[in-house]
Amino acid sequence: MKQDIILAGVGGQGILSIAYVIDNAALKAGLNFKQAEVHGMAQRGGAVQSHLRLSDEPVFSELIPRSSADMILSVEPLEALRYTDYLAPEGIVVTSRTPFVNIPDYPELDEVLEELRSLGNAVIIDSEALAKEAGSVRAQNMVMLGAASDSLFLSQDLLLEFIRELFDPKGDKIVETNLLAFELGRKAAASE
Amino acid sequence: MKSEVLLGDEAVALGAIHAGLSGAYSYPGTPASEIMEYLRRVLNEGGFKAAWCINEKVAYEEALGVSFAGKRALVSMKHVGLNVAADPFMNSALTRIGGGLVVVVADDPGMHSSQNEQDSRFYAQYARIMCLEPADHQEAYDMTRAAFDISEQWNIPVMLRLVTRLSHSRSRVQPRETRAQNQMKYGEPRDWTLLPVNARRRFSRLMEKQDEFVKASEESEFNSLDLNADDRSLGIIASGIAYNYVREIIGESKASPSLLKIACYPLPLRQITTFFDHVDSVLVVEEGYPFIEGQLKGLFGIQEKTVHGKLDGSLPITGELQPHLVRKALKLDALPQKEAPGITLAGRPPQLCQGCPHADTFRALNQVLESYAQANVFSDIGCYTLGALPPYSAVDTCVCMGASISMAKGGADAGIYPSVGVIGDSTFAHSGLTPLLDAVLVDSNMVLVIVDNATVAMTGGQPTALSGDRLYQAVVGLGVPEVHIRIITPLPKNLAANAQIITEEIEYHGLSVIISSRECVQETRKRAKQERQG
Repeated sequence: MKQDIILAGVGGQGILSIAYVIDNAALKAGLNFKQAEVHGMAQRGGAVQSHLRLSDEPVFSELIPRSSADMILSVEPLEALRYTDYLAPEGIVVTSRTPFVNIPDYPELDEVLEELRSLGNAVIIDSEALAKEAGSVRAQNMVMLGAASDSLFLSQDLLLEFIRELFDPKGDKIVETNLLAFELGRKAAASE
Repeated sequence: MKSEVLLGDEAVALGAIHAGLSGAYSYPGTPASEIMEYLRRVLNEGGFKAAWCINEKVAYEEALGVSFAGKRALVSMKHVGLNVAADPFMNSALTRIGGGLVVVVADDPGMHSSQNEQDSRFYAQYARIMCLEPADHQEAYDMTRAAFDISEQWNIPVMLRLVTRLSHSRSRVQPRETRAQNQMKYGEPRDWTLLPVNARRRFSRLMEKQDEFVKASEESEFNSLDLNADDRSLGIIASGIAYNYVREIIGESKASPSLLKIACYPLPLRQITTFFDHVDSVLVVEEGYPFIEGQLKGLFGIQEKTVHGKLDGSLPITGELQPHLVRKALKLDALPQKEAPGITLAGRPPQLCQGCPHADTFRALNQVLESYAQANVFSDIGCYTLGALPPYSAVDTCVCMGASISMAKGGADAGIYPSVGVIGDSTFAHSGLTPLLDAVLVDSNMVLVIVDNATVAMTGGQPTALSGDRLYQAVVGLGVPEVHIRIITPLPKNLAANAQIITEEIEYHGLSVIISSRECVQETRKRAKQERQG
């Protein structure tokens, strides 16, 4: 039993927070995992990605081999497309439809969404609207984690536990916002 | 003890603490920064010292002082940092190291955040010391502990070589019990004073130990040798993170080829000999330069055995390894691939943040330099290097820490006008003071812009040593005339005034320093957040 996930987004969107929750849930569930991330120069508003690998057997490579990721989980639609060469034929894409436009040549959003749909197994979520509904536009990462949660082989309870732990230092209100964001994302994906 | 989720860098830091660390020293640099970040976070519980230093050379020498006193020291840096620390590094191999001295160097194959992909294992070989190369997080922890023991056993510095993918990936680490720090034990002057008379004796001693290092490497628990008795056609030699990629790929096949994992240098000769006797051909998979492969091949290669790797093109000689490259080198079929997207995916390169003070500095500079036919901007290492990219395209060079100033001075010597240097406050403290003094001595016709954002921004906001008034006083102290030290505040509303000041100093034929001073927006935000949370 293994699950290889490419996390994608733009520097500052909080994909490492998603990774934190999954890593710790995996540790507590007794799974083996490795998670490679990007620090330094590339983090400054550039494309960022993290390779996250979960398995009940030993995990060797830090990087997911091409054509074998089970999921691309992206907080940004263009970024979801950047890593399709890592996706296994039956792999799924769970992505936000909210573009992060900080480059002059960002393609037409409709074309990006069309490409995503043509991949077959894409779940496309309006993370911006759901995060706002939850109380903060910054919670889009947790909306997307929620949207992916039914496809992860980690229990909801474990994921929720580490969302609480992650946001606890920021106060109860922010914890509640992120828990709600997760739930709204999960429901949205279920009704897709 | 409970297992923990740690970055490779953090596993090294924890291993050092548990090995009885007394002092750790570093200068920020991706991908090594998180070693010191971790040590600083747990400093209060530690009973050890851990400090960001002015540069890697200073950090190395401070660690050396700890070792002289018989206590254990860790010095960590990115690969190019070892160039800066090369002087104490090479010479310390001749001293009689007392307390264990572990030199952690994080290489950056693929140049994620660096200007080259030099392989630090050559440095270990150059200094004739031992080097360990972990493949995973547990080994990063265990080998750090082992490196202290090796260092104290042979009285040499020991290198621990990391690469980006290990430094910056997280996995589970099982820590072990903490060992006490060493008692004070002072070094012998004759073993530490490298006058020729002592240095010759010490160098001979180091040479005498070389065979013992090979034996120690052969006996290292971290190497492993698995021979396939049924299939002798191909064997794989792998080291460090490359070993993981090999295991990943060969895990799919029913019968694994013979596999030698090398984790300890100098090369374990006995295992390599056994391996070569067993197989007909060898594929060497290593991250970085063909360090192992080159030694195996020598000048004429090995008769009747073929060695594949980076030197014959089986694997790419540049860039970072990836599992699919190993798959290809093993001549396995590529996995079926999804069709590439039908639209052009616009690149998203890193960029200066919204509201970044450097952006305002570059706008003013660009506006002024437009009126000169031959202006050149020599820049340096930091966030402001991103000024080289559109929309600014304001930087002509970036070579190494401090080179902005010395290259601008050399450029001015050659007749470039205006010759402008752009350097950050921390890079100036690291390697800018000495070249500025050189420029002062001849009143070089150049303008140096010090972009003072009061932090080491690119690596995550570590403290800077020379900012604000202290920076100003340092420039005065070096002898730059105060009338040509100008301070500007890089803000959109000051564009015209700042451009005017830059023009005045370019028109002045002699040395000027413009300090462009405004705090990094990330730091301002971080501070506001901390205040909100009390």
